[in-house]
Amino acid sequence: MTSSFPWLTLLIFLPLAGAVAVFFVKETSVRLTALGITVADLLISLPLWWLFDASSGQMQFGELAVWITAPPIHYRLGIDGISLPLVLMTTVLMPLCVLISWQSVETRIRSFMAMLLIMEGTMLGVFVALDFVLFYVFWEAMLIPMYLLIGVWGGPNRLYAAIKFFLYTLAGSVLLLVAILVLYFQGGHTFDILQLSQGAYATSLQMWLFLAFFAAFAVKVPMFPFHTWLPDAHVEAPTAGSVILASVLLKMGTYGFLRFSLPMLPEASRAFTPLMATLSIVAIIYGAYMALAQADLKKLIAYSSVSHMGFVTLGLFTFNIQGIEGAVMQMVNHGITTGALFLCVGVIYERTHSRQIADNVGLTKPMPRYATLLVIFALSSLGLPGTNSFVGEFMVLVGTFVWSKIATALASLGIILAAVYILWMVQRVAFGVPSPHFLPKLRDVNQREMVTLVPLVVLVFWIGLFPNPMLTRMHASVEKVIARAFPSISEPITAASQLDQLTPPAKGAAPIAGEVRQP
Amino acid sequence: MTFSAGDLFLILPELLVTAAACVVFALDPVLHSSKKDGLAWLSLGTLAVCMGLTASQMSHAASAFGGLVVIDAYGCFWKLLLYFVTGLTVLLSYSYLKEERLYFGEYYGFVLLALSGMMVMVSAVDLLTIYLGTELMSLSLYVMAGLKRSEPRSLEASAKYFVLGAFSSGILLYGISLLYGATGSTRLPAIAAAVSGRSLDDPLLLFATILLAVGFSFKLAVVPFHMWTPDVYQGAPTSVTAFMAVASKAASFGAFLRVFVEGLGGLKANWSAIFLLLCIATLVLGNVVALVQTNIKRMLAYSSIAHAGYALIGVVAAGRLGGSAVSSNGIASVLLYLALYAFMTFGAFAIVAMLRKGGIEGEEIEDFTGLAKRHPLAALLMMIFMVSLAGIPPTAGFIGKFYVFMSAVEAGMAWLAVVALIFAAVSAYYYLRLVMVMYMREPGEVTATSPRLVMSPSLSIVLACAVAGVVIFGFYPNPLVNLATQAVLTLK
Repeated sequence: MTSSFPWLTLLIFLPLAGAVAVFFVKETSVRLTALGITVADLLISLPLWWLFDASSGQMQFGELAVWITAPPIHYRLGIDGISLPLVLMTTVLMPLCVLISWQSVETRIRSFMAMLLIMEGTMLGVFVALDFVLFYVFWEAMLIPMYLLIGVWGGPNRLYAAIKFFLYTLAGSVLLLVAILVLYFQGGHTFDILQLSQGAYATSLQMWLFLAFFAAFAVKVPMFPFHTWLPDAHVEAPTAGSVILASVLLKMGTYGFLRFSLPMLPEASRAFTPLMATLSIVAIIYGAYMALAQADLKKLIAYSSVSHMGFVTLGLFTFNIQGIEGAVMQMVNHGITTGALFLCVGVIYERTHSRQIADNVGLTKPMPRYATLLVIFALSSLGLPGTNSFVGEFMVLVGTFVWSKIATALASLGIILAAVYILWMVQRVAFGVPSPHFLPKLRDVNQREMVTLVPLVVLVFWIGLFPNPMLTRMHASVEKVIARAFPSISEPITAASQLDQLTPPAKGAAPIAGEVRQP
Repeated sequence: MTFSAGDLFLILPELLVTAAACVVFALDPVLHSSKKDGLAWLSLGTLAVCMGLTASQMSHAASAFGGLVVIDAYGCFWKLLLYFVTGLTVLLSYSYLKEERLYFGEYYGFVLLALSGMMVMVSAVDLLTIYLGTELMSLSLYVMAGLKRSEPRSLEASAKYFVLGAFSSGILLYGISLLYGATGSTRLPAIAAAVSGRSLDDPLLLFATILLAVGFSFKLAVVPFHMWTPDVYQGAPTSVTAFMAVASKAASFGAFLRVFVEGLGGLKANWSAIFLLLCIATLVLGNVVALVQTNIKRMLAYSSIAHAGYALIGVVAAGRLGGSAVSSNGIASVLLYLALYAFMTFGAFAIVAMLRKGGIEGEEIEDFTGLAKRHPLAALLMMIFMVSLAGIPPTAGFIGKFYVFMSAVEAGMAWLAVVALIFAAVSAYYYLRLVMVMYMREPGEVTATSPRLVMSPSLSIVLACAVAGVVIFGFYPNPLVNLATQAVLTLK
């Protein structure tokens, strides 16, 4: 599976090298350099979409090198249909993060751009690492730049939010390290993620490991009741930080569940399904209710994230093809839509310096283009058919329906509530009468901001109307996970397949023969 | 005892260091004060020569003076680390002493004498010889801690260090004499032979083991024998503190591991139980008390206590593992941990030594406020050291923790790794508080008394070495891992 050209290494290390480079360019061209690097990274990642072999659930574009000899830790990279969309989502969003910070960040611009670039490199590393220690290094390495992004460039309460974010996620991930070490000794003295995913572990051990994984991943998602760092961090972070947090960082938790918990600990995952589903549904409803009560735009979106991520975790633990594919779709869609909403808040905050809904009312008249974009993203967020979020949420609900009808009914409540809080927010922000105090500041979006937001509009409709390209790419990989976690079910539940026209026909859904690869 | 000239050749590095110390003492009174810098260069030159000699001895295995001292890879590993740290100490002191107006040429003499004591500690296989090395090191450090004669805190540190150090030496000596009574020898191989097959049911052996453990625990600053550490670290001149925190801890670990692995390896089940308790107490107390410190030197003192706790995890695991012999993996992780700890701790103390406030040292955490604005590079380095001390990848601190936790999990003590990691997360709070103060608070008006950083070429070299170690070994620890693994193989 080793490929000739080191796509993934280039993808990770270009931004990391860029983080150093921004200190050596002229002060005036720092922003342009950062933009150039993120765009170059995007251009590197785009060919992967076409070069990727959709019929295979194997890891592709693999790279392998020895990193540490004793114990054997490898620099091992590769992507499958699950990580491919997440990698592309990251590379698409990062240039937009640079663009939105063009004027809003004035102090220490070099360090700021360096932090963004380090974040990009480490986040991509998390999605493509196939060695557990390498994964952990990337997973932890992003804590410091994120801590600085919030703490140095954040809002008034930034110190508290930054340290809270840091300690919550660190406390969760230290247990992950112990779990990785235990797996090393139990799984045949290897850190190879694919090899560890083939191992058979005692049920009681699986339970402990699942809890350790859960501590790391649930905090990151964040699942109820570990979500309390999220509203603080989102509100205080600068716009680019909020976008990175919401769009990419949260996905790492659910990616972790899908990449590690399900394939490595199938029995424990099944045993914990009721708990996971309950927590997910609580998150969906609780997050939506909390969003209803917010007067701060960022906080509203933050709680809506809790609710939307509940759909992802719910879908993951349904163990059928619709649920899990829906979850991956929802991960990408949430990244696009919520990222876009945070960008929108950033745009308006640059003008009024307030995130309060009460201060930002009646924007349609003075800012028609802005209001249009906001409404598009808002409708996408509430899952309007034709937009991206509909696809993911619908598939998750279909998958859940097979598993439990009551759970589906409760989760659907989240969609109704989403409509309530989103439409209510739109009603106040887009319509109504702007306060005369703010009116002179309400310039419509400029060209730079249009460039920032329009790509996401395109993605909203493209994924909403043509989800198949993405689904076909992830299909084989998701089937592999299911075959591993639920070996007894070789065929996805037929009733659901008939219900769901979005899923491409299952091609030979027999469990894919275990491929133990030796380096 | 037979004596041959060849023995002298084997201990040539020790002889050279001692001779250089004597030369420094002799030259100091006759040199004009403007030429005393030469003494620092003399010390550095000696260290460079010794480093070459020891590196060439690395692959040899030889015994000298009828088995009192051995030359093996294990001892050479520690010696190389000690030369390196001593070299950094000399460079740091070179500008620090000027800034503090401490014009004592004999300072470098004491550094070298302490070093020669440490070298004896790590290469001796006889308990009394180890004791001699310990005393030579300690006596030199007592003097160095009290060098700031005009400052009561420095004198207090010296006195406190002396009283508690003498007390612990007494306990160590008592343990040695009891062990001699129980086994009939002070040589480690002979002790090992006498101990094998016996258990701690023998009260003499029990007391001897406990007293040795307590004696070494004082030197290692392990809870509950750590009381002297914060006061001494705070009161002593910062260059001396850095030397104590790194070199004296490394040498004490070197001697301690040799005694307990080579001499008392047969009792490993018993001593690993003792050190398990000490280890947990150290991790908890070191990290929790560090949380509330407002003085950076005290904070780093508690942090160094906590790090001794992490290193002890490797010792405990080594005792639990590996059938009849003590596990070399566990011991290797301790060596690796201390080597990596040296870089980050020394770097942190070096930055503390550079910070001046008016005429005195700026050693409150508050003094670091807004450092990133005024000295971006120094703040960046301090952040790297703090992140590394907190054990976050990709830094040396993570690699060190990774290996000790790995040996703990291998020994079936995943729970100990969990406890230690939870306290590592606690420690992140106080390490990051310094980052927060430096990066996220605005500096006040610049006045004559506001803190500023002193830079000098020698300090730059110290910082460059420290940060290079932290970063390079964080990304690529292989050379150091191999060195530690090879060194431990010679430990019988």
